[in-house]
Amino acid sequence: MADIQQEIRPSRLRRAWDSDLAWSFRHAPVAVVSAFVVLVLVIGAVLAPLIAPHNPFDPATLNLMNGFTPPNQANQFTGDYFILGTDDQGRDVFSTILYGMRISLFVGFAAVLLAMVLGVALGLLAGYLGGWTETIIMRVADVQLTFPAILVAMLIFGIAKGITPPEYRDQMAIWVLILAIGLSDWVQFARVVRGATLVEKNREYVQAARLIGRSPFAIMLRHILPNVLNPVLVIATISLALAIIAEATLSFLGVGAPPTKPSLGTLIRIGQEFMFSGEWWILFFPAATLLALALSINLLGDWLRDALNPRLR
Amino acid sequence: MTEKTPVLSVRNLVVEIPTRHGILRPVDNVSYDIHAGEILGVVGESGAGKSMTGNAVVGLLDRPARITSGEILLSGQHIHTLKGEALRRLRGKMMGMIFQDPLTSLNPLLTVGDQLTETIQEHLKVGQTEARNRAIAALEEVGIPAARSRIDSYPHEFSGGMRQRVVIALALCAEPDLVIADEPTTALDVSVQAQIVALLKRLCREKGVAVMLVTHDMGVIAEAADRVAVMYAGRLAELGPVREVLTAAHHPYTAGLMASTPLASQGKERLRQIPGAMPRLGNLPDGCAFHPRCDYAQDRCRANPGPTLDTCDGRAACWFPLNTKQKDEVSA
Repeated sequence: MADIQQEIRPSRLRRAWDSDLAWSFRHAPVAVVSAFVVLVLVIGAVLAPLIAPHNPFDPATLNLMNGFTPPNQANQFTGDYFILGTDDQGRDVFSTILYGMRISLFVGFAAVLLAMVLGVALGLLAGYLGGWTETIIMRVADVQLTFPAILVAMLIFGIAKGITPPEYRDQMAIWVLILAIGLSDWVQFARVVRGATLVEKNREYVQAARLIGRSPFAIMLRHILPNVLNPVLVIATISLALAIIAEATLSFLGVGAPPTKPSLGTLIRIGQEFMFSGEWWILFFPAATLLALALSINLLGDWLRDALNPRLR
Repeated sequence: MTEKTPVLSVRNLVVEIPTRHGILRPVDNVSYDIHAGEILGVVGESGAGKSMTGNAVVGLLDRPARITSGEILLSGQHIHTLKGEALRRLRGKMMGMIFQDPLTSLNPLLTVGDQLTETIQEHLKVGQTEARNRAIAALEEVGIPAARSRIDSYPHEFSGGMRQRVVIALALCAEPDLVIADEPTTALDVSVQAQIVALLKRLCREKGVAVMLVTHDMGVIAEAADRVAVMYAGRLAELGPVREVLTAAHHPYTAGLMASTPLASQGKERLRQIPGAMPRLGNLPDGCAFHPRCDYAQDRCRANPGPTLDTCDGRAACWFPLNTKQKDEVSA
């Protein structure tokens, strides 16, 4: 008996490493590569001020003579070298990509967080309370689903732009983007959480919690929420890729991040003006980065969905 | 039995479900008492209204089912006059419930200790440490070895039988007066069933808890119950001390149930069964609900409205009960 009681539980880290999820990750080369790419890009974005060879938004460091330097060549006038070349203003493309990814990733994460909190909360309420609450929430969701998400985002962006004073517009643009993408994306969280909640709320442990007199909110938060988080995690990952693409689309259309604070989408919009005049690198490198980022996150999401799906185990 | 107030007293309980084919009555005019320390077994086929009765008592009826008439008294107190919060607290404090499937009656993401302390702290005003000590004591009481180290385990780290022990600990840890056990042994294998039934019986005797044991297993009833209520089509068919009901059933349905229980000693003989199936609730026959399947049915059974315990001898809802002194008259 004494030995059993003395039995030492392995440390949290050890248990995490031994978990099924970690095992399945180690045995999925695609997931490992994707995670590596995402990690490199995220670190690059976070540490941009330390890594970037130039600060592309400090006009004092720009030299117009450096404009249109091709990648991996010295500029013919100044002799300066830029690994990925420069744009028309002489800004280092590599540095603008690092800084642009900061905006893209920040907007993506924040928008998904907003959509997730909103969608999970509304989905839980709709699923658990039922009745009129459910009808109202889910009908709003259905109506919103009839519009393409990008249109909803543009609508919200337009309204928000209309009510902010012009002098704050550039500063507010990022937050308005987050709001617009977040509000256009909560529906799928709400739908999935509502469905999972409908299953969980008839489980006997929920009945037991109801019986001992716990309040509906305590039951939703403590008992139901943790049990519906698996699909939420998967959707959040895939939504992150979609949110980054949505942000790029909005910025490409000129309604997103302003040129003073360019995101990857803004860089692509600027770059496509020079595509047919031979300066391909201004478009190509930001676009390739966006592709790598979105693809890696998507592949990670796919792997996560398979790994967390109990029916595929 | 002394004239003490029963822990649970159900009087003429009716549960109705409105449907497009009319109003169904899964529980129709059911009355019974359970005293402290007593185990009342409730048996019947699937759909006889056993679980529905239990759910009505603990207040877990889901819409559209609702109690339309009758009374439920907990220790003599009417509970249907209480509303909302007060009702919820009273029910939670006085009742515990043991569910059928120990796989789903524990939250898979919380340790058993978390679930026990949550329940204890909800109803007893004790601190975190005290609640944890009580949780460990509750686990020891239901026979979980090394409770002190097992308390931080998750439900999936227990076997089915152990998990059902945890569920019993969970039902009893807040010191309820009444426990509803809804088919507590159905999901377990036979060897574990006996242990769980014995455990349930012992704990309820020791703590003086009243138990409503819902099951369709006559063996479990014979083993554990003091009195037994046999339900058929939402009504009580027979109610009486377990020994008398099992050995000398008054209601032909009870007799049929007993005859169709497989026995090891029966050898190769074909298992007897009650002919036909229980009628659908929306399509109950006139007269006694059991008469189409009853070997002893007579004109009176077909014509008259269904008998109740009150209109009959108080033991079986049958116009011509078996195994009584007037038996000759019946078979004539």
